[in-house]
Amino acid sequence: MKKKETNQTNQITETTETTKTAKTKKHKVKEAPKPKVRMTKEQKKAYIKHRLKTNIRIMPFLAPSLIGVLLFYLVPYCVVIFYTFVDNPITLEFVGFSNLIDVITNPSFLLASWNTVKFSLIAVPLAVILSLLLALLLDHKIPFASQFRTSFLSPMVVPVASVVLVFQVIFDYNGVANVAVRFFGGGRVDWLKSGFGLYVVMLLFLWKNLGYNMILFLGALGTIPKDCLEAAYLDTTSTWKIFWSIKIRYLSPTILFVTIISIINSFKVFREVYMLTGAHPYESVYILQHYMNNKFESMDYQQLSAAAVIMSIVMGGAIFAMYVAENKFGQDMEE
Amino acid sequence: MKRISDMDAGPVRKNKVGPRIKKVFIVIAATICMVFFLLPTVLTFTNSFMSATEIKANYGKVFATNEKGGKVYIGETVKLKLIPDMVSFEQYKTVLFKSPDYLFKFWNSLIYALPIAIVQILLALGASYAFVRLEGRWKYVLFFIYIMICLMPYQVTLVPNYLVTNWLNLINTRWAIWLPGITSPFAVYLLTKSMKRIPKALYEAAKVDGASEWTIFTKVVMPLVKSTAFSVGILIFIDYWNMVEQPLILLKDDKLQPLSIFLSRINEGEIGLAFAVAVIYMVPCVLTFLYGEDYLVEGITTQGGVKG
Repeated sequence: MKKKETNQTNQITETTETTKTAKTKKHKVKEAPKPKVRMTKEQKKAYIKHRLKTNIRIMPFLAPSLIGVLLFYLVPYCVVIFYTFVDNPITLEFVGFSNLIDVITNPSFLLASWNTVKFSLIAVPLAVILSLLLALLLDHKIPFASQFRTSFLSPMVVPVASVVLVFQVIFDYNGVANVAVRFFGGGRVDWLKSGFGLYVVMLLFLWKNLGYNMILFLGALGTIPKDCLEAAYLDTTSTWKIFWSIKIRYLSPTILFVTIISIINSFKVFREVYMLTGAHPYESVYILQHYMNNKFESMDYQQLSAAAVIMSIVMGGAIFAMYVAENKFGQDMEE
Repeated sequence: MKRISDMDAGPVRKNKVGPRIKKVFIVIAATICMVFFLLPTVLTFTNSFMSATEIKANYGKVFATNEKGGKVYIGETVKLKLIPDMVSFEQYKTVLFKSPDYLFKFWNSLIYALPIAIVQILLALGASYAFVRLEGRWKYVLFFIYIMICLMPYQVTLVPNYLVTNWLNLINTRWAIWLPGITSPFAVYLLTKSMKRIPKALYEAAKVDGASEWTIFTKVVMPLVKSTAFSVGILIFIDYWNMVEQPLILLKDDKLQPLSIFLSRINEGEIGLAFAVAVIYMVPCVLTFLYGEDYLVEGITTQGGVKG
């Protein structure tokens, strides 16, 4: 692509400004990947024209998707931002930050955020570490490795709604878990209706997500150059040392990616909570989606919009951090 | 994708007994993990072959409520049985032949998930081709916006979705699920990642031969990203098969609800049927998984950017 552009632009130069051609050509060879650097006006024009032509040819491929994204996501999101700063959708009076402040000081929003954050803080590190351990386990030459992989990954495709009955039977007040608790001399717990509810959800979350994360790690482990590991095995027999000094370094971009994906997935844990505890849960498992559902029910556009804006800012920050970090760490490992 | 069995990089060690014992331990550990991951599914499966009376006898008390609607606390705790006393297909017969409601909800789930997976992939194929071929810096900005949207949780995206579907008067129709579903940019992110791996020279060669963009797209690019597209399709299908958030907010009518919502309400009344419905509900996903596991693994690995 770039080469052709260069030729085209050079042709134009040759016909118009013969004296400059040699100079430009030399320059071009040096800076071939960036044709916009120090171009003559005509070259620039030709380049822009060429670019425009290509883009016009390509645009129809993007158009259907772009129209959809604009219509259902981007434009209404701008409306959401607008709603955040007005008092209601009819009078449209500007109220500044009062909606945002209302949401932030709302006790149920705070409870929901706290529960969500608490869940992420505990579940995400667990999800990363345990799945890395699983991947390292399967990275050995063991019999039935592919069967193990299949079984670890299977919860990802099994609908939560299907297995939720089993979880309910286990963690009910009259359930199986309490048999174990009593065996060890503990009192009965109504798991889903107590402070433990969040941990039951966490178990379901880990059950569902570990396989997926493990596949990401397995893929990354497969890309570690063999000669590098072989050389290390000549120097030391300590698997531990090899893990820390070589594998971890190659895995660092993946660890980052898995962490971010797990954070995002931990925000989507509503499905599991809803399946386990229904629409009106105990307060220890009251999370952000519940709050949103309540606001949808009462059609409170301002609070809805303000909450969505707050959450998107938080998530956006996290994603942006990932983007920056991935670029930084990713380049470190590329050859 | 490397086979897992090929990944062990260590050369033969001097000590031969150590690794063997270690291997035994690893297999034992992996087996324990396997039990953890398979148990809930297996339990659901085996319990579905119990007769309704057996299920009620076993678990009925768990979900029983007293006259006031509160929970009944019983002295004895319930036992979770792995193997039914007597294998019976009674539940399946009831679900399949006597209560059309479940099959209808199953059909609902299918009619949401399948078209969304297919159309979203088609739109995304075009969009990701464009993102690879377009020129100028603005495309990176646009792509970043796409990524942002597809990583946002439902708490955020549902608000704009609701506003538009409400404005178009589509709340409580199938379109309320379909339209935001097919336009979701989730697939674009993954497909662009895999399309970036196609060497640019290929487009140039095709262009020199006089191929139009459409020909390049269908004859050159499509065959190369076919497997990624398939794997992303599986991911989308599973996601929409399991959806809970969207129907809760965008659908009010009980008739339109997918099976996922319906299942969560089942245990109050017909606990006897719940396991059989749960198994029927997971069949499409499990079949897709068994058939397309390698594609799925490839799709996930692409997502991790390890291969790209």
